[in-house]
Amino acid sequence: MSDLKISTEQQDMLSKISVMADNLTGAFSLRVDGSSYAKGSSENVKIIAKADLPGIDIRIKAGTKGEKIHIPVILTQTGIKDLVYNDFYIGDDCDVTIVAGCGIHNCGSEESSHDGIHSFHIGKNSRVIYLEKHYGEGGNGKNVMNPTTIVEIDEGGYMEMDTVQIQGVDNTIRTTKGKLADKATLKITERIMTDGEQYAETHFDVDLNGVDSGAHVISRSVARDKSRQLFISNVNGNNKCMGHTECDAIIMNEASVSAVPKISANSTDASLIHEAAIGKIAGDQLIKLMTLGLTEKEAEERIINGFIK
Amino acid sequence: MLEIKNLSYTTSEGKTILKNINLSVDEKFVAITGPNGSGKSTMAKIIAGIITPTEGRIILDGIDITDMSITERANNGVSFAFQQPVRFKGITVRDIISIAAGRDVSFDEACEYLSEVGLCAREYITREINDSLSGGELKRIEIATAFARSTKLTIFDEPEAGIDLWSFQSLIKVFERMYEQTNGSILIISHQERILSFAEKIILLSAGEIAAVGSKEDILPKLLAANEACNCRKAVN
Repeated sequence: MSDLKISTEQQDMLSKISVMADNLTGAFSLRVDGSSYAKGSSENVKIIAKADLPGIDIRIKAGTKGEKIHIPVILTQTGIKDLVYNDFYIGDDCDVTIVAGCGIHNCGSEESSHDGIHSFHIGKNSRVIYLEKHYGEGGNGKNVMNPTTIVEIDEGGYMEMDTVQIQGVDNTIRTTKGKLADKATLKITERIMTDGEQYAETHFDVDLNGVDSGAHVISRSVARDKSRQLFISNVNGNNKCMGHTECDAIIMNEASVSAVPKISANSTDASLIHEAAIGKIAGDQLIKLMTLGLTEKEAEERIINGFIK
Repeated sequence: MLEIKNLSYTTSEGKTILKNINLSVDEKFVAITGPNGSGKSTMAKIIAGIITPTEGRIILDGIDITDMSITERANNGVSFAFQQPVRFKGITVRDIISIAAGRDVSFDEACEYLSEVGLCAREYITREINDSLSGGELKRIEIATAFARSTKLTIFDEPEAGIDLWSFQSLIKVFERMYEQTNGSILIISHQERILSFAEKIILLSAGEIAAVGSKEDILPKLLAANEACNCRKAVN
């Protein structure tokens, strides 16, 4: 158990981004309302405050296996503009999970924003699972999140990035950049749901530089009401490599979704595929679930929940 | 018992698909057969509530279900296995069986339904019902889903469509078992003699009308005789 003092309100926000108080032990960092609230290191994972910029360096010793590091951010006041730089240095032959995420409870009428700039340097043959959840709630003030993730994966390294934003974020520009060396693999899964007048923009830029490097980018999104989404992906195959992007969107009501996929092969051995589909819920899917006893509304919810689960 | 009274269906373009159909299904296992375009699938969809008939009534166990929605019919004892099962991204085999059963099914229960159709639960229960499943696998899951509902009336629209010969043999066994176990009625649309042969009653549809109703002994020989090859080349020569 952690002896960290966390208010009920803070715990409530943390649970929205899948972090429990018990997770905040060993190597962790909790940032609240624009400044570091608490942090800790373990034998293999050192978390150090940056001297020149807001944010932390996360240094993971070569050969570290099985550690799970939580670095959540919560904003509980209105009108906070938080900018943070987190740099991850992951040694060779590691196998670690990093849980990030940001929860905003904006009770007032001013805009609250969190811009997190995360850089990953992943060593040879290391395996990293990176989970990131974004959640917002509150009054009239807008909740804005602009996460930037920059990933460099060394030879044989592997990173799986799983990002979720399904509620309460009014405006977001999500940027992810990857550079992959020989035999490095990057797998990104993004799930987004927007409603009301929300706007979400996603940029993926991946350079497949190494021999037998591979990238899989999967985006599943649902746009409801009058919300808008833009998905831009740019995969460059600069060597013998495999690149696959898939953008699948369900559009409802008066929403709009644009997908701009770009794949560029700069090597004859680059194999790149892009798939994109935007459409409303298929009528036969609704009918099938209705023949199993669900109402149309229940069927719709079931399909959406499955789609972005 | 299912009763269909004076049922007709004309499309919005004015094409007549079904003309004044009258029939009843009281037996455990009734088959509808007939050439392509004879209106079989339309009739099944009308019974399930997916298509609204132009005229006529549908009565299930004395209750007029004609004006009920798809959902209401489903909750009043109608199940419908699609000819072409629907794929869902993110909905697993266990999810769909749970939806069908109306409660969260345990692994053992799901295993029971899946093994009925020759699928190993361990291998399939967490699979999504998406493009990763073959047509034959989807079809079996569709049938398992109908099993899980175990309603008064279960309609199968060409269960053999899209199933290879190998799987077809086991499909026949599935229906044999279903015939032994069911407490309700099974209405099956099929072209397959093996399936028709264990129907207690066969309804032959032709050009939207009932051409014949009878026991398999009456109907099967007529079907085979009628199934002549195309004569157009002979006519030209």
